[in-house]
Amino acid sequence: MKHVEEYRDPEMARRISSRIREINRRAVRIMEVCGTHTMSIFRYGIRSLLPDSISLISGPGCPVCVTAQREIDVCIEICRMKDVTVATFGDLMRVPGTESSLQKERANGRDVRVVYSTFDAMDLARKNPDRRVVFLGVGFETTAPTVAASILTARNEGVVNYLVFSAHKLVPPALETLLGSEGLAIDGLILPGHVSVIIGEKPYEPLVEKYRTPCAIAGFEPVDILRAIHSLTARIEQGTAGLDNCYPRAVSFGGNHKAQDAMDAVFEKRNTQWRGLGIIPMSGLGIKEEFSSFDAETFFSLSLPQPKEPAGCSCGEILTGRKIPPECPLYSKVCTPTAPVGPCMVSSEGTCAAYFRYS
Amino acid sequence: MCLAIPSRIVEINNGVAVIDVEGIRREASLLLLEDPKVGDYVIVHAGFAIHTIDEADARETLKLLREALEQES
Repeated sequence: MKHVEEYRDPEMARRISSRIREINRRAVRIMEVCGTHTMSIFRYGIRSLLPDSISLISGPGCPVCVTAQREIDVCIEICRMKDVTVATFGDLMRVPGTESSLQKERANGRDVRVVYSTFDAMDLARKNPDRRVVFLGVGFETTAPTVAASILTARNEGVVNYLVFSAHKLVPPALETLLGSEGLAIDGLILPGHVSVIIGEKPYEPLVEKYRTPCAIAGFEPVDILRAIHSLTARIEQGTAGLDNCYPRAVSFGGNHKAQDAMDAVFEKRNTQWRGLGIIPMSGLGIKEEFSSFDAETFFSLSLPQPKEPAGCSCGEILTGRKIPPECPLYSKVCTPTAPVGPCMVSSEGTCAAYFRYS
Repeated sequence: MCLAIPSRIVEINNGVAVIDVEGIRREASLLLLEDPKVGDYVIVHAGFAIHTIDEADARETLKLLREALEQES
């Protein structure tokens, strides 16, 4: 596999690992923000290549995991509407809402489809003109442009029965909240690879400037991740803050302008609730007035009971690096991948699911 | 969520690419990509190509990294 094998080279990984050991003097806590990094770190045994003094802590970068309980409840409420088909990525299916999940609703006869892309959802809309097809937009800056592109296409092609529920979230405002929160002992951040493909390096610069925390953008192969840990360790040991792009084959300074333009055309920033982090100003994307005919929230008037998060679940603390999964009272006792209580155990890239699978 | 394996564009029809990953072929929209060409290696997310890998750049970066690691150890 081109552009993959080179970055799985064991000899290179070994060399970077020994360089990290040479420069590391003190105890270091590094947070990998992205859930796909969490999975890669387990899959490739990255921890076994690091000195004991370097700890890796998982962050809030699993979109399903940070989706607020109310938003999950909205998704469920939408699929109960008359003549509605709900289209979603698979990882949302089993996330428990206050009293149900999309999977349970489907078992009860609601029309819930798992799709691979927003274009599959639009195809469903074209083939079923007598139904409203609602795509559940859950994801960060990597997913949001693909949803924006679908809305722009639906408008151009007159697909009037296609709607989107937008629960998109933005990574930099969440990092700002995290870095500004008290008691967070994090020395460096591994920044998400594919969010950065879209937004580029630029939006992180003010954060590095303000909080003086070393940051490194990383790809998902072992050499990519080790490179990022090496550059963070070097900065932490020298006491110099800065941003390093350790994924230059995919991430440029300005990012993907075409994707940013699509996002800007369709969405506007708004305050939004994150599981574990609370309400973060201007960290969500709502659909602009101009496109309100595609906005499921405007189209359906929803009345929801007060959302309730599962009792005893520590997802909130786990998402912010304050707890690791074995410290949750429910972990592996009542909460398992086959019977998940919280979203971090549901999503394949949730921290609890990763711990359960690999440790 | 993030598929990290770059895919090769083998065909382009009306803004949609046929992409190949290890012999498996599927479609990806090119709406979010500047100037896509057959033969390009692209990063694909949720059915959309979102980045073209610059081969020369990638080779050069890898070469520099290898050299740095050899010198230092």
